[in-house]
Amino acid sequence: MKSLEDLKKMREQALKKVDMRSGDKDYRVVVGMATCGIAAGARPVLNALVQETANNDYNCIVTQTGCIGLCVQEPIVEVFDKDNNKTTYVKVDPDKALRILKEHVGNGKIVEEYTIDSVK
Amino acid sequence: MERINVLVCAGTGCASSESMEVYNEFKKAAKKYGIEKEVRVVKTGCFGLCQKGPIVAVHPDKVFYCHVKVEDVDRIVSEHLYKGRVVKELELSDIDEETKEKVFEIDKIRFYAKQQRIALRNCGVINPEDIQEYIAKDGYMALGKAITEMTPQEVIDEILASGLRGRGGGGFPAGRKWQFAANQPKGQKYVICNADEGDPGAFMDRSILEGDPHSVIEAMAIAAYAIGADHGYIYIRAEYPIAVHRLELAIKDAKELGLLGNNIFGTDFNFDVEIRLGAGAFVCGEETALIMSIEGKRGMPVSRPPYPAVSGVWGKPTIINNVETYANVPIIINKGAEWFASIGTEKSKGTKVFALGGKIVNTGLVEIPMGTTLREIIYEIGGGIPNNKEFKAVQTGGPSGGLLTENQLDTPIDFDNLVALGSMMGSGGMIVLDEDNCVVDVARFYMDFIVDESCGKCTPCRIGTKRLLEILDKITKGEGTLEMLDELEDLSKHIKNNALCGLGQTAANPVLSTLSQFRDEYIAHIVDKKCPAHVCKDLLTYVIDPDLCKKCSICAKHCPVNCITGVPGKEPYVIDAEACIKCGSCVDVCRFNAIEKV
Repeated sequence: MKSLEDLKKMREQALKKVDMRSGDKDYRVVVGMATCGIAAGARPVLNALVQETANNDYNCIVTQTGCIGLCVQEPIVEVFDKDNNKTTYVKVDPDKALRILKEHVGNGKIVEEYTIDSVK
Repeated sequence: MERINVLVCAGTGCASSESMEVYNEFKKAAKKYGIEKEVRVVKTGCFGLCQKGPIVAVHPDKVFYCHVKVEDVDRIVSEHLYKGRVVKELELSDIDEETKEKVFEIDKIRFYAKQQRIALRNCGVINPEDIQEYIAKDGYMALGKAITEMTPQEVIDEILASGLRGRGGGGFPAGRKWQFAANQPKGQKYVICNADEGDPGAFMDRSILEGDPHSVIEAMAIAAYAIGADHGYIYIRAEYPIAVHRLELAIKDAKELGLLGNNIFGTDFNFDVEIRLGAGAFVCGEETALIMSIEGKRGMPVSRPPYPAVSGVWGKPTIINNVETYANVPIIINKGAEWFASIGTEKSKGTKVFALGGKIVNTGLVEIPMGTTLREIIYEIGGGIPNNKEFKAVQTGGPSGGLLTENQLDTPIDFDNLVALGSMMGSGGMIVLDEDNCVVDVARFYMDFIVDESCGKCTPCRIGTKRLLEILDKITKGEGTLEMLDELEDLSKHIKNNALCGLGQTAANPVLSTLSQFRDEYIAHIVDKKCPAHVCKDLLTYVIDPDLCKKCSICAKHCPVNCITGVPGKEPYVIDAEACIKCGSCVDVCRFNAIEKV
């Protein structure tokens, strides 16, 4: 390391390693990962969300929860904003998940057609 | 792709309750469930709540598990990490005072709510064995800023303005120490980190070195730049193997990245650090004795002046700061003196780490802003006294400090307030005593420690402390006289005024402090021949209450000297006081609480 600039570059790289622990993000994306969720395909959804978030530095944490209680609509993804407002997306697949990330987390725009209200 | 970080405490406290086995088990279990690529298991430093260790944190969920055993790991991995269901019964919780409901959020847990972690900022957050993680948390940025953007004098001015005072016990302003050394003519100078933590019950410095070793190394480099030194020593006791190992690793990694060595950040500043292992002598925490020990001589203090800042190790200008003092330095440089000076009280800035121990619910490591009261630490952070016992006193400052009592608990803690109350901040040991602790016995304990640890160079300490111990011994055995109390006081004052070094000068503090606060208890030992707390063996007898005795004979079976007699099922048991060795075995085994100490 020859300069302060080098250190700053190294810090940018290293930040990815500890980023997950600070938790001060605008959005919390939660995937239902109980048996019903997993059976309906929640794992590929979770993996897609994690991968895409890391690739694009989306301002969110991706985490998981148990059974949300609406097994018929799994895989379910809930998005919480800073004020803890919840949007519930149902029957999510990896492609839908990416669109949710891009539009909702990236641009703050709810993807209405995937939400639970759209199927009621 | 990684989506979960599992942080396992790898400090000495948790490691001694098998946290390293837990760490390995997490790795194994993650593999078993096929999620090893998604879960990163990390060793980290002390979370502070040692009482509930081993502690495991799961992020980004912010879930803290406590008392995690190897056999719990499979469940945490399969339930939480795999299926997203937090294992509630292992989760750290507290009872909300208003709603009386269980809360799990870390900022609602009283142990953490009032703490402010500055010196411990990276403990429990980063992996201390990974320099990249330290760098991610702005590590070495302060060093870079100091040596590329600031002059040495600007660095000193910043530390002066921050009001940072030495955390090792004395409370001397760090910036002034640095200024003295900087003012010495150019030439070979040294910086030393005093990691010879010796107070019984204190483990702050160990935890910082175990949890965040780079912060200390970085700070030493900053100090070296400020005073014009190019070499540093970390003097640490060999009985801290985990801390030594992590320091060695940290120094090696820093050298590999060019953060130690020659031409750091492309400047002409050079700095190197080496570790010197101490053999665990208390006196070697005294700076002049420490220097002697580094030089390979017997660790004995010499009189000052000259101060180490003028003539220290190898006769060269040297600054010595304590681990915790150093740990504050990088963040002061990064965030500025003004930020640091905004925390704390008028004359004591920043925070202080305390090692909370004794009769307290949450044994552990706490960091609080200066000015927090003892009551807040003991009752809110510490959770109060266990088993519904009565609070008696809190001991601060280790063998150099004193006792503080109930009516002093609302004093805001800072360097000067504690001294005014006859105790001292010391390095941060805080031992809580309850009604079952005998203060004469406590004074005797510390004096015993001092007699062991006195280096023997000066007469007041070598002989004086031995005489103090003999008097205290007599009192605890019921052989004391009232004149002895005056003798204790006279001798204590004599030692205080005439001993050569800090160890001797403060050695009598536990005696003086207990005498002034608890004279009644001394008198009870001398006049009534009673130990009110039922601790001093020679002053108590064990008796069995015949009404409560169920004649089960278990006490007699456990008595190692066969001094309990009775007839099973027929006659209540009786202890022969003459033959009794007061071991307490009978009390431990009696299920009916029929045996009493009087």
